Amino acid sequence: MVNNSPGPAAVAAQDLRVHRGGRAVLDGLSFEVPRGLVMGLLGPSGCGKTTLMRAIVGVQVVSGGRVEVLGLPAGSAPLRSRVGYVTQAPSVYGDLTVTENLRYFAAILGAADADVRRVVDQVGLSSQADSVAGALSGGERARVSLAGALLGTPELLVLDEPTVGLDPVLRRDLWQLFGRLASQGVTLLISSHVMDEAERCQRLLLMRDGRALADDTPQALLERTQTHDVESAFLALVDERARTTTEEVPS
Amino acid sequence: MSLRCTLATARRVLAQLRHDHRTLALLLVVPCVLISLLAWIYDGTGTFDQIGAPLLGIFPFVVMFLVTSVATLRERTSGTLERLLTMPIGKLDFLMGYALAFGLLAVVQAVVASALSLLVLGLDVVGPAWLIVVVALLDALLGMALGLLVSAFASTEFQAVQFLPAVVLPQFLLCGLLVPRDRMNDVLQAVSDVLPLSYAVDAMRIVSSSPTVQGEVWRDLAIVGGAIVLALALGAATLRRRTP
Ligand SMILES: Nc1ncnc2c1ncn2[C@@H]1O[C@H](COP(=O)(O)OP(=O)(O)OP(=O)(O)O)[C@@H](O)[C@H]1O
Ligand SMILES: [Mg+2]
Repeated sequence: MVNNSPGPAAVAAQDLRVHRGGRAVLDGLSFEVPRGLVMGLLGPSGCGKTTLMRAIVGVQVVSGGRVEVLGLPAGSAPLRSRVGYVTQAPSVYGDLTVTENLRYFAAILGAADADVRRVVDQVGLSSQADSVAGALSGGERARVSLAGALLGTPELLVLDEPTVGLDPVLRRDLWQLFGRLASQGVTLLISSHVMDEAERCQRLLLMRDGRALADDTPQALLERTQTHDVESAFLALVDERARTTTEEVPS
Repeated sequence: MSLRCTLATARRVLAQLRHDHRTLALLLVVPCVLISLLAWIYDGTGTFDQIGAPLLGIFPFVVMFLVTSVATLRERTSGTLERLLTMPIGKLDFLMGYALAFGLLAVVQAVVASALSLLVLGLDVVGPAWLIVVVALLDALLGMALGLLVSAFASTEFQAVQFLPAVVLPQFLLCGLLVPRDRMNDVLQAVSDVLPLSYAVDAMRIVSSSPTVQGEVWRDLAIVGGAIVLALALGAATLRRRTP
């Protein structure tokens, strides 16, 4: 498949608003994720990345605006086997083995048992397949969680900081896997607050305080801000935003 | 409803128990130890024959309440529930999976505890033994359904455990085991009348003291069954796909 395949966008949000703990966490967010690419979701801790992902997979109470996923309202039943979600904290059963965990998720998804072996290989856990998940290291457990989302044939993968705490080799391998999946037509929305991972994404959504700072390709972003890395671009955008808001407010 | 998801969930819950040898042992051994202790305490007084059968119903109730409230709370706090709710599994499939797994466990528990009581400890039961197991199973499912329901109101395992004295003890005190229900004052009797465990204990008492199965037993069991369905329905309502 090719990028930007026809049909509705993988994700389309319009004026999305979410309140958590009496505070506006997403404050009128609008963006689109085209199909078949890796979209990076970047922003400082607490800016609302997890909240946005929860809204996209339909487990977050939304107070306003709209989110559509693959042309359907986020969270609607037909999407549940088409969207894979990896929570920020690994969500696996610590008292089951890697294989038992994945067999269960495969059964729920209606995926074949043989699929379990494939995803275990994809995340590089073949030698730990029969270990109890609770006895794995944090990074290994995170990969079990990731493997669960790769089961079946998801069209959209929503991955909340999937590479945190992994070594450089593993991180490279996983990013190569993400790239391969995207080239097969899968859309990936991947959050991170490590800005250097941004260069591996085809598009970036930069967030701050529940708002979008930018939604562009990495190259365009660097050109527009006349910077050489995404971190500087982010800071330049923050400064630019601060200037425009002070200009708007009459003194 | 999807049978596939229900069975997969039941299998998964049983697999978790299989890995947890200590919990499994506690589930089967503790009721046996307690009931043996009671038989010993009341040795030669005839009291054991009166309270033995009701206790065979109360143990699975208490144990399943505890196990379920902690297990579901763990699903909530570990994020696995949130993950499942983004997947194509119905809330009812999830609940039924738990009911199936814990129900199976309850049957084993009831068979072991009843066999010990009837064959070794000399508990005198006039009615059919299989009915004891049926009542114990329903009691276990009642405990499970209530445990599931209260786990929605607990955000830590400390809180979940505190619900045991809050939800289980009043039912235990008022179920007619300590003082027969018809000898309680009107207020307590009225309260006892709306608590499901009272009917479970009633049923056990009738089974243990009359040789034929009576309509009253089925009425009691129907009430317990109704309470299970109600608690499960409320429990399902507390399983929200979307949370704040
Ligand atoms: N369960 C909750 N109840 C109330 N407020 C919450 C809850 N979870 C998060 N928040 C608030 O929502 C805001 C955004 O949180 P979110 O988890 O979306 O941030 P994030 O961008 O994912 O951060 P990080 O990079 O640290 O994971 C935070 O300010 C946080 O205080
Ligand atoms: Mg987060």
